[in-house]
Amino acid sequence: MPREAMEYDVVIIGGGPSGLSTAIKLKQLDKNLNVCLIEKASEIGAHILSGNVFETRALDELIPNWKELNSPIKTKVSKEKFLFLGKNKSLSWPTWLLPSVQKNHNNYIISLANLCRWFGEQAEALGVEIFPGFSASEIIYHENGVVKGIATQDMGIDKTGNKKDNFEPGIELHGKITVFAEGCRGHLGKQLIKKFELDKGKDPQQYGIGFKEIWEINEKNHEEGMVMHTAGWPLDNNTYGGSFMYHAENKQIFLGYVIGLDYSNPHLSPFDEFQRFKTHPEIKKVIEGGKRISYGARALIEGGLQSLPKMFMPGALLIGCDAGTLNMPKIKGSHTAMKSGMIAAETIIESLKENKDLSIYEEKFKKSWVYEELHKARNVKPSFSWGLILGIIFTGIDQILFRGKLPFTLKHKHADHETLKPASEMPKINYPKPDNVITFDKTSSVYLTGTNHAENQPVHLQLKDSNLPIHYTLEKFDEPAQRYCPVGVYEIQIENNNPKFVINSQNCIHCKTCDIKEPSQNITWVTPEGGGGPKYGNM
Amino acid sequence: MKILVAVKRVIDYNVQVRVKEDGTGVVTDNVKMSTNPPDDNAVEEAVKIKESGKAKEIVAVTVGEEKAQETVRKALAVGADRGIHIKVDGIVEPLAVSKILQKIVEKEKPDLVFMGKQAIDDDCNQTGQMLSALLNWPQATFASKIEIKENKLEVIREVDEGLETIEVNMPAVVTCDLRLNEPRYASLPNIMKAKKKPIEQMNASDLGVDTKPRIQQIKVEEPPKRKAGIKVANVAELVQKLKNEAKVI
Repeated sequence: MPREAMEYDVVIIGGGPSGLSTAIKLKQLDKNLNVCLIEKASEIGAHILSGNVFETRALDELIPNWKELNSPIKTKVSKEKFLFLGKNKSLSWPTWLLPSVQKNHNNYIISLANLCRWFGEQAEALGVEIFPGFSASEIIYHENGVVKGIATQDMGIDKTGNKKDNFEPGIELHGKITVFAEGCRGHLGKQLIKKFELDKGKDPQQYGIGFKEIWEINEKNHEEGMVMHTAGWPLDNNTYGGSFMYHAENKQIFLGYVIGLDYSNPHLSPFDEFQRFKTHPEIKKVIEGGKRISYGARALIEGGLQSLPKMFMPGALLIGCDAGTLNMPKIKGSHTAMKSGMIAAETIIESLKENKDLSIYEEKFKKSWVYEELHKARNVKPSFSWGLILGIIFTGIDQILFRGKLPFTLKHKHADHETLKPASEMPKINYPKPDNVITFDKTSSVYLTGTNHAENQPVHLQLKDSNLPIHYTLEKFDEPAQRYCPVGVYEIQIENNNPKFVINSQNCIHCKTCDIKEPSQNITWVTPEGGGGPKYGNM
Repeated sequence: MKILVAVKRVIDYNVQVRVKEDGTGVVTDNVKMSTNPPDDNAVEEAVKIKESGKAKEIVAVTVGEEKAQETVRKALAVGADRGIHIKVDGIVEPLAVSKILQKIVEKEKPDLVFMGKQAIDDDCNQTGQMLSALLNWPQATFASKIEIKENKLEVIREVDEGLETIEVNMPAVVTCDLRLNEPRYASLPNIMKAKKKPIEQMNASDLGVDTKPRIQQIKVEEPPKRKAGIKVANVAELVQKLKNEAKVI
C-alpha cells in the first residue's frame, strides 16, 4: 500500500541546535518557503542533553536581538577553575596557562534543552511546521538515487511486527532538499555516510560518552556563574576524559563526565567512573547536602576535522553532530552545530533559487569561522592517544605557542569499536557500591530520566547476529555492553546455568553508545516509536 | 448528538514528580506536561461514537493557563471538531472547574459530557461528580464500556468489587477509566489540520465564575522513603520476623 506523502521545500530531521538554526535561517531568508522539522522526542528539547557552556557567536549572527526576546541564556560565566585530580589531592591549574579556547569569560551557562525549546518557539513563529513525537525511520530516494525525503515510523506495531488496533501508518515527507540533523550517530546519517561514501579518505570517527546530573545544592556551596573542569582521577593516564561542573541559576549545578569511547579495558564502566568521581573531596564538598534531580547520558562526536565526512550529497545535507562539527578542545559543539545549520540554509536558498549544486556547501563551510576553529583544534584529540600527560604537553605547545597552526595534522588511527582488548588481558575494576546519597545505581538513575517507550513494540536495538553476544562478546570481552550502557539496557542473566543476553530496550535513553562501541558492530540502534525515550527537562 | 469532552494539562506520567523545597507544591518548571491519560480515553471514546455515526460534533474544552491549549489541540488532532479554552492561572479546584463546565454546558447544550475519571496530578476524582450535581444530570463514573441505546446509555463501571452495569438517561456526565479503549495516535496530516481548527478562548471571569481556591493548602511533603528489603534464609526466620519485628502475626 502506498504511503501518504506530504511535499515541502525543505524537510529537516531533528530539533537540536543545528536543525532548528537551519529552519530559522531559511525562514529569515525566504518567508515563503515551506519548511518542516520532525523530532523523535515527545517535545522539542526532551532528547537534548549537553553541559553546557554556550558561546554566543552563532546566535549573535542568527538572532542578534536574542537578549530582548526572553531567551533562556542568563547566567554569564563569572569564574573559572581547572583541576588535576589525584585520588585525594587536587592541583589547580592557573587559568592564564589555559589555552584561549578553554577560556569562557564571555560565555554563558545554559540548558541546551531549554535553548532548543526557545529556538522551537522562534521557528514556529516564523512559520516552520514542527512535529515532535515522530521518528524518521527510513530514507526515501528518487529513482536516480537522489534523496527525496524520509518516512516516519509506523505507529502501533506489536513486538512480533503485527498491527495493533491503534495502528497508524507512517507517512512520507518529501523535500526538494532534506537536511539530516539527528545529532551524534544519527541512524539515518550513518546510512547516508555509507551509501554516498561521505567518509571516504577520512579518519575513523571518534566518540565519547557524556553523563550529566543536575543537583540542587546548598546555597553556601553555590557560586552562580562558576565553571570548573577536571582531568585525572578516577581515570588512568591512558583513558581520555574529564569532568565539568557548572553553577547554573536556582542553586543548581550541572555536573558531568565525558569519557572517550576509545578506551581499551572492557571492564571499564563509564557510569561507575562518573559515580566514583563524585566521591572526590573537591566534588563531594560541593554536592554534599544537596539533591540529585536529573540524570542522563548521550554519546558525543569528537573526531573533528580529520573525521568530518562530506556534508552534502544529492538532495540532502548532513549537519551538526550528525556529521561531527564539535570542537573538542573547546568542549563545545552547540555554536558550531548552529553555524553549520545556518550555512546549510544559505546553501539551500542558493540551490533552490539559482539552481546551484549542493556542493557549494563545502566552499561556504571552508570559508566560515567554524572551519577555522576546527582546523586550529584538529590536533588536540589525537594527541591524547599518547596518554593524558603527553597529550597535555602537546596541547600546550600546539594551542598556546602555535595557536593550532602547527604544519602537520595528527591522525585518528582506530575506530572506537576496535580499541577493546580481550577481558582476560585487562585488569578488573572493583567499583564501590553506591551510597544512594552521592553515588547511585543505574536503576535509580534511569528513573530520573522519565524514559518510557510504548509497551509491546518491536525491539529498537537490533542484533545482526543474535548468537554473537554470548558466544563471542561475552567470552572474549566479558560483554562490555553491560557496562558501557549508561542505563543498564543490556544484561547477562543466568538461566538454567546458561548465560542469556537480555535487552531491556524500554530503558533506552537514545545515547547511541552501543551502536558505536560494540566490538563487532553487532548492535544497530534504530528508531523506536516516536515520542518514546527520555523526557529531559533542563538538561 | 453533541459531545463535550473535558481535558486537563498535567505533569507527564513518566516524569518523577518533585516536591518544592519550601513545601508549597510540586515543581512544574522544566517538566514535561501532557494530557491527563484518562482524558485521552474520554476523547477517544467520543471520536469512536462520532465515527459510528451516533454523534455529529465533538467539542474539547480545557481550563488552565495559556499552554493548557496544547491539550485541546491534541484532542483536535485525533478527531474533536473545535475547542474551548478557559484561561485561569494558578490552582483551579474541582469545584471551580465544574462551575466553569456548567456554564459551558449551558452555552453549548451537549448531550453528553465526557472526561477522565480523575486527574493524575491531584487525584481528586471530583469534577465529573460535582458537574453532574450542578447540572442535575445523571452520572456514570469509572466507565470501562459505553453503549448508546437511543436516549439512554449502558455503562459498565470499574468498581472495587468487579464490574457494575448501569443504565443512565441522557444527557449525562460520564467519567472514563483507562480500560475504556486504547487512544489512537495523532497522524501527522491530522496534526496539521488541527492547527487550523478553531479554539475559542475566554476568561473564567467572563463566565462569572469565581475560581478562588476554597481549600487552604498547608504543606506538601514527599512520602516517607521505603526502607530497603531484607532476604530471609527460610520460612521459620520469616515467621519469626513477622511475629517479633513486624508484629503483624
